[in-house]
Parts: sequence; C-alpha cells; structure tokens
Amino acid sequence: MSSEISPKPSGGVPLLRMRGITKSFPGVQALRGVDLTLMPGEVLALLGENGAGKSTLMKVLGGAHRADGGSLEIDGLPVDFGSPEDSRAAGVALIYQEFNLVPGLTAVENLFLGRERTRAGLIRRADERRDAAAIFSRLGAQIDLDVPCSRLTTAQQQLVEIGKALAFQARILVMDEPTAALTSHEVERLFEIIRELRRQGIGIVYISHRLDEIFSIADRLTVLRDGVHVGERKVDQITRREMIELMVGRELKDEYPARSVALGEPRLEVSGLRRGRAVQGVSFSVRRGEILALTGLVGSGRTETVRLIFGAEPRDAGEIRLDGRRLEIRDPRDAIAAGIGLLTEDRKLQGLVLGHSVRENFGLPSLNLWSRSGFVQETRERQEFGRHTSSLQVKISGPEQRAGHLSGGNQQKIVLAKWLARDCDVLIFDEPTRGIDVGARFEIYLLMNQLVAQGKSIVMISSELPEVLGMADRILVMHAGKITGEIAEARSATQEQIMQLAVA
Amino acid sequence: MKQSLQRFLADYGMLFVLGALCAFFSVVTYSEQSPGGESGARQLAREIRTSSGSPPAVLIAVRDHPEDLLFARTLEETLKASGAKIFTVTGEPKDARDALVRRVADGVPLDVVACSPATAGWLVFADLKKDFPALAGTRVLTPSRYKWPNFLKSENLLNIANQIAVIAIVAVGMTMVIVTGGIDLSVGSLLALSSVLSSWLIREIGGGPGASALSMILCCIVAIVACGGVGGFSGLMITRCGIPPFIVTLAMMLVGSGVAYILAKGQSIYQIPDSFVWLGRGADLLGLPNAVVLMLVLYAVAHVLMSRMRLGRYLYAVGGNREAARLSGVPVERVLLFAYVVSALLAGLGGVIMASQLKSGSATYGNMYELYVIAAVVVGGTSLSGGEGKILGTLIGAFTIAVIQNGMNLTNVESYSQKVVLGLVILAAVLLDRVRQRVR
Repeated sequence: MSSEISPKPSGGVPLLRMRGITKSFPGVQALRGVDLTLMPGEVLALLGENGAGKSTLMKVLGGAHRADGGSLEIDGLPVDFGSPEDSRAAGVALIYQEFNLVPGLTAVENLFLGRERTRAGLIRRADERRDAAAIFSRLGAQIDLDVPCSRLTTAQQQLVEIGKALAFQARILVMDEPTAALTSHEVERLFEIIRELRRQGIGIVYISHRLDEIFSIADRLTVLRDGVHVGERKVDQITRREMIELMVGRELKDEYPARSVALGEPRLEVSGLRRGRAVQGVSFSVRRGEILALTGLVGSGRTETVRLIFGAEPRDAGEIRLDGRRLEIRDPRDAIAAGIGLLTEDRKLQGLVLGHSVRENFGLPSLNLWSRSGFVQETRERQEFGRHTSSLQVKISGPEQRAGHLSGGNQQKIVLAKWLARDCDVLIFDEPTRGIDVGARFEIYLLMNQLVAQGKSIVMISSELPEVLGMADRILVMHAGKITGEIAEARSATQEQIMQLAVA
Repeated sequence: MKQSLQRFLADYGMLFVLGALCAFFSVVTYSEQSPGGESGARQLAREIRTSSGSPPAVLIAVRDHPEDLLFARTLEETLKASGAKIFTVTGEPKDARDALVRRVADGVPLDVVACSPATAGWLVFADLKKDFPALAGTRVLTPSRYKWPNFLKSENLLNIANQIAVIAIVAVGMTMVIVTGGIDLSVGSLLALSSVLSSWLIREIGGGPGASALSMILCCIVAIVACGGVGGFSGLMITRCGIPPFIVTLAMMLVGSGVAYILAKGQSIYQIPDSFVWLGRGADLLGLPNAVVLMLVLYAVAHVLMSRMRLGRYLYAVGGNREAARLSGVPVERVLLFAYVVSALLAGLGGVIMASQLKSGSATYGNMYELYVIAAVVVGGTSLSGGEGKILGTLIGAFTIAVIQNGMNLTNVESYSQKVVLGLVILAAVLLDRVRQRVR
C-alpha cells in the first residue's frame, strides 16, 4: 500500500481516533491492530467483506465489545467505553440495519425513549413534541408524530433512528447498510440528509456493500480485510475496480462471470397471475438454461409475483405451467414437489431457522425424500450436507453450527445448498446478493451460471441494476403490479433503459 | 467425544441439579433402618439358608399387623421353597410362649426362631435359653439393622415415580406444544374431564361395579379420544383462525372444567369395579408400577419421534421459525394440529390413570396441573419461545419437581411451606440453567 495518504485529510483535531485496536474471540482474531480516524463534518466509508471486522470495530466504538488492546480518542481525549451507555454519553450513535424502534410507540415516544422529559414524574408531552418537531425539521423530514412507528415507511423509520441520535446530541453517527431497504428515490433523500448532517459538523461512518453509493456520498474510505487495516484513500482518488481489489485482496478480472449457455424450450410459464392490487395480471415464461431478471422499484410487485408462483400466498387468478404441465399450487409444498425453489429476500426471517444447526436447516425441504417410514435417514442427510457444503465452499465449523452464527454470505450459501439438494428445476432468487460481500457474490454468480449450464432455469429479482445487466439473459421490468417492459438482450441494455420502464 | 459430551451437558445439564437434590435428601434422611415386611423377610431367609446346613425347622413369630404379616408370608414362601419346616405364630408374646411350650412338649427340634423387627424385642425370646433349656441350640434371628437414607429406599423411589407419572405423561405432549412455540393451558381440565367421563361411562354404560375389563377399556378409550377431539378443536382454532394458543387453550380450560363438573354433578363418581385400579396401582413388571412403565414407554417413543423422525424435525422447525419452515415445505398446520391433539390425548390418558389410582372420577382432579406440567417442561430446559428443548429433559424436570416434593415430605416440611419452596426452587433451577448457557 505505497500510495496510502496521510490519515489526516485536513488539519485540526480528529473527532474520533481509534488506534491499534485488537479484539479476539475464542478461536478468532477479529481485529489485529486497526486504525481509524474520523474528522468532524466528514463521511468516512468503512469497507470490507463480511467477516473483515467492520462490525466488531463498530461494536468496540459502540461500547458493546471491549477491545483487547489499542486506544480510543474523542476530540483528542482518551476515552474508555465499558458499556453502550458510556459510548452514547460520549456522543456516538449506531444505526443498525435492523432498527431499534418500538413499533407500537410514536416517533416522539421513540425519540425520547429512556430519556423522557419529565416534571414530577409526568412526561412533558408538549415539550417532547416541540423538540421532536425541531429535530425533524433540522433533518428536513416530514414525519407524522402521532402514529405508531410500525405504520411509518422503512425510510421514515430510519429518519426516526437518525432523529434519535440527534436528540442526544450525537456527533459520531455510524450507519450500517442504511440503504439496503430503501428505494432509489428514498436513497437520494437520505443522502441529502447525510450531507446536511455533515454541514453541521457531524462525523459519519458509512458502511455499505453498494460501491456506487460510496462514490456519491463518502469523502474518504478505510478498507479492512481479515481484521487488518489494508488501506485508506480519498474517494476521488480511487476507482471502483481498485476499491474491490483492496477489499478482496486480489486482482479482479470481472465482477460478473461470463457464460455461454444455449437456451432451451420454455420451462416455467406463468399467465394472468393476479392478487389484489399488488399483482395485476402478470404473464411471462422462462426457458431452460435462462436467467430471467425481474426488476423494478421496491413495491412494484416483483416479490409478490414470485411468492404467488411459489404458493407462499394464495392467488386470485392465474395459471402456472412447468414443462407444459399445468401445476396446482396451493402452498409452498406443492411448488417444492413440482421442482420450484425460492430463495427469499430476507434470509433471517424467511430463509433460515437461525437457532437451529446448519445441517437441520439444510435438510428441511428434502426430509420427505430422505426419510423412510417417518424416520430421517441421518447418514444420508449428513452425506448430502457434506457434498453440497464442500462444493459451495461454505465456511462452517461443522454441521452442528448454528445458522445464526454464520456471516451473511455463508448463510446465503446454506439456503442455496438446501435448494440444490432438493434438485429444483426452477430456482427463484429474490435479491440473492443483498448484504453479501464482493467475494461471496462472485461465487454465487458462478454458481448461478453452473446451474443454468445444467439446464435449470433461474428467475432473479434484483434492485441492483449492474447485477441485473451483468447476470441476466433477459430482463422484465415491473411497475405497480404489471410488467411494463421487456429487454430481450440484457447484455446490451443500459441502466437508464431499465429506470425509464420502472417508473413508467 | 468431547463434543458429544458437551452437547449432552448442554441438553441435560439439569441432570446435575436432580443429582444434587437426590444427594442432599439422601444425606438429610440418612438414618437407621430395621427392615420389616418383604425386604426384611428376604434378607432373613437368605441368612437362615446359608447358616443352616440341612433344611431347618423355623418358628416365625410376628404381630397381627400388616407389615409383620407380609414379613411372615414372604418368609414362609421363600423358606418352604428350600424345604424348611415352618411354624408360624401370630399375636401377643403370650401366644409365642404357648407355641414354644407346645414345641418343647412335642419334642420337635427347633433350629431357628425368626422374629420381625417388632417381635425381636420380646422378653420371651431374650430369656429363651433360661426358660427352655431344651431349646439351647435354637438361634433367635431377626433382620439385621443397618444405616441407609430413607430417601433411597426402593419403596420411596418407586413412590416418587408413581407420584409424578401423571404429570410426566402429560408433560410429553406439553413439550411438543411448547417446542412449536405454543402453550396448552387446557391439560389440567382435560385431565379432570377424562377422569369424570371414563368413570361416568363405566357407571352408566359399562355396568357400574360389575363392569367387565373390555367395557372398562372401551370407556377409557372413549374418554381419551374425546379429549383428543378437544385438542383437535384447539389446534384448528389456532391454525385456521389464527387465535393465539394461550387464548384458545385458556378457553378450553374453562370449558373442559365446566363440562366435567356438569357431567359429575359436582360429585365424585366411584361406582366402578375394584379391578379398575390395575392401571394406577398395579405393578406387574419387575415390581414397577404400571403407570411408571407406561410413562417410560411414552418417553421412549416420544424421544425417538422428536430426535429421529421427520415429524420431530418439523415440530422444532415450526417453533424455530414458522415462516421459514412453511417456505421450506413443512406442513405447518398439520404439525401444529398434531402437537395439540397429542397434548390433549395424553392429558386424557393422565385423567384415566388418575381415576384408576384414586378409584373414582372427579372434576376436582388435575387442578393446577397445567402449571406443574409447564414447570416440568421449563425446568427440563425447553425454551418457552419455541424451537428448543429435549423430551428427556422434561422427564428430568418432572423428576426434579417430584424429588423436591418427596424430600420435603420425608423431612416433615408442612405443605404450605412446601409450595413456597417448590416455587423458589423452580425459579432457581431455571436461573441456574440460564447462567450456565450464558457461560457456554
């Protein structure tokens, strides 16, 4: 790393300086002497693959973990965080992907949760409301202060989280994958707010796997790999390719692996699929060996459409054919029996039983094939498990490891393995690379190519347009429950083309 | 090896608590034993047989008291098998003296006088050699005294098992329900309903005290199946209508109890044959009570189901993440229905066993049992949030509760304090488990 620049981008005392932070867990050295500097009014992108140590570093900052070694300074003064309360009192606020809001309470109540403004034990509601309104207007956001947070949109809930941080005068804001669940319009709004916070002198640590965002919002970036600080650059002095190479630690040839698979006859044919307002007459077909991308804005009906095909929700109307045969799909069992597999967009809530072992998760859809008179043939299950996890190169300590203890990429591979073991003909991938780092992503792309080469068909839902363009043979764009356009030659399409159809 | 040991400790750590409790009560109840009854007789028979070369002539002297009579009967049977000549005298010291006088008068030799622990102290035997010079060669024997914990006496251990059998059996179904993330509050009421329904059917249809074995079996099956029907109804309300299990089974708890009272007209039903107690009080296999044998069989079956069978996997998966299970092709509704039906069927079986133990049916049976059953499951390490737990853990949990209760009875803790202690011990046991899991 000869081209490394000085950790001080401008003069003055850094808002936050972490020096030589080390932290180990039983069997893992998570951080090996990591440095991080954040200036006031700066957006610092923290990059790295899953497992590189980003979360651990931020947990040290947040007071959830205590570092084994190294030092922490805020405004040049050494601090020692023994608990999350210490960290919060020092002005650090962490906003995780999963929000820490009480869904039944209003924005105001959440904002002041645990720090209620009281007089003689009674809450001064008017004061709280006024302060909350002031905070949200500082953010330039309009939030209904009187409805429970569960009725706010994801983007609004995120603003409440940011508001919470401002309410206790946070000066260091850590945002972990803040855009994962936002539409592109909402992302723009969020960026405006981040820029506003930056003007107010707040330092922001921004964690994201979406590299495009780094270019539009961050000033500087720090890259971690395997618990080591491997580089620090100004964003305007680095290319996307260099960024990825820093993260994965090797030269990257292609982000999307090439394939040449001859397409066969139509395999899955869907016609007239309907359910309420979400899906209003969707028809399409996927051919043998084809990757079909289904894209559009969040809420356009993509996920709903595939859930209808899979039988996860009842459909009002519509016909589903597989290899010309009409399928009676009433619930997911029927779809699975017919040879359709669904990788859900939310691994943790819908894809895995997090408290159970990876082996049990892996076997779940196939148990009816692997049992004789009701008894599970565990030897067979273990064999299949070993075969699939080793061919997918899943990093696990053993078959009994809990699924919840794996990184996102490895969790996704377990979900993949469970459908591969079921030998499905049609695989539906809903946001297959969400929250997954660059290295594991590439492996998943390779696997998709292998699958279509075996004659399987893939329907891929993705919000990431580069991924759609890079991986699909054909693209369908949805808007408001209908298919608004088809791009037959995905490789020669552009993001603008898709966006025009998506907002049509 | 190390890993499987670790897993065993994680799953069945409560075994140590149970062991510690047993050790504690063993120490506390350590006292001198003078064995009478059956065990004393066996011990004495062995001593007589080994100490006398030829088949001896034995006089057995006992009081007219059930334990002594059992002692005499067992001793007679065992010694006769080895060819001894037996004379038995039952009653007061005077009767024993008369018998001895008669023996001497007849000139019959007498090798051994066998006394129960109670009659060994009689003066007539202490002064035997002085009063009856003819019997100078006669030995006076009694079962030897030894020190042993009252808690660890085999009668007491069987008693513990018998006392907990009903709760433990119902807890099998409850474990399945709780593993799916639900709860079944109706089991106590179903237990009462089943005891009333089975005894009512025997009285009204089976023929009352003269009912045949077959008709009794049929009546019990009808009662158990009726409970299963209630469980099926609960299951359908939970799966089809989406009502929380707590509410559905709370309602069924009230309904079941009410129906039991209506059917029994508020009284207990006791017009049933004596032979009905076979299930609850009989002990046909190796001296184990039938209810305990049934309990062990049910645990073995449930353990295999939960750990080896597809259905067991599905129960855990539904409790661990219902949506993920559904999207993996698990028939969630059928699995839940199964759990509630099994829970209700086993509550029905528990009711029949209880009716048999007490030879009557009453709507007051099983009061608060749902809470003891849930306590057994939770103490056994099953998580109330579902997806985790082991069926054998529940057996350990049930025994933990039984041992605490029994130990307090042996140490003369009165029943109100027992409740306080039991409550605190349950809390402590679960707390200990939490701490252990966090350390891991």
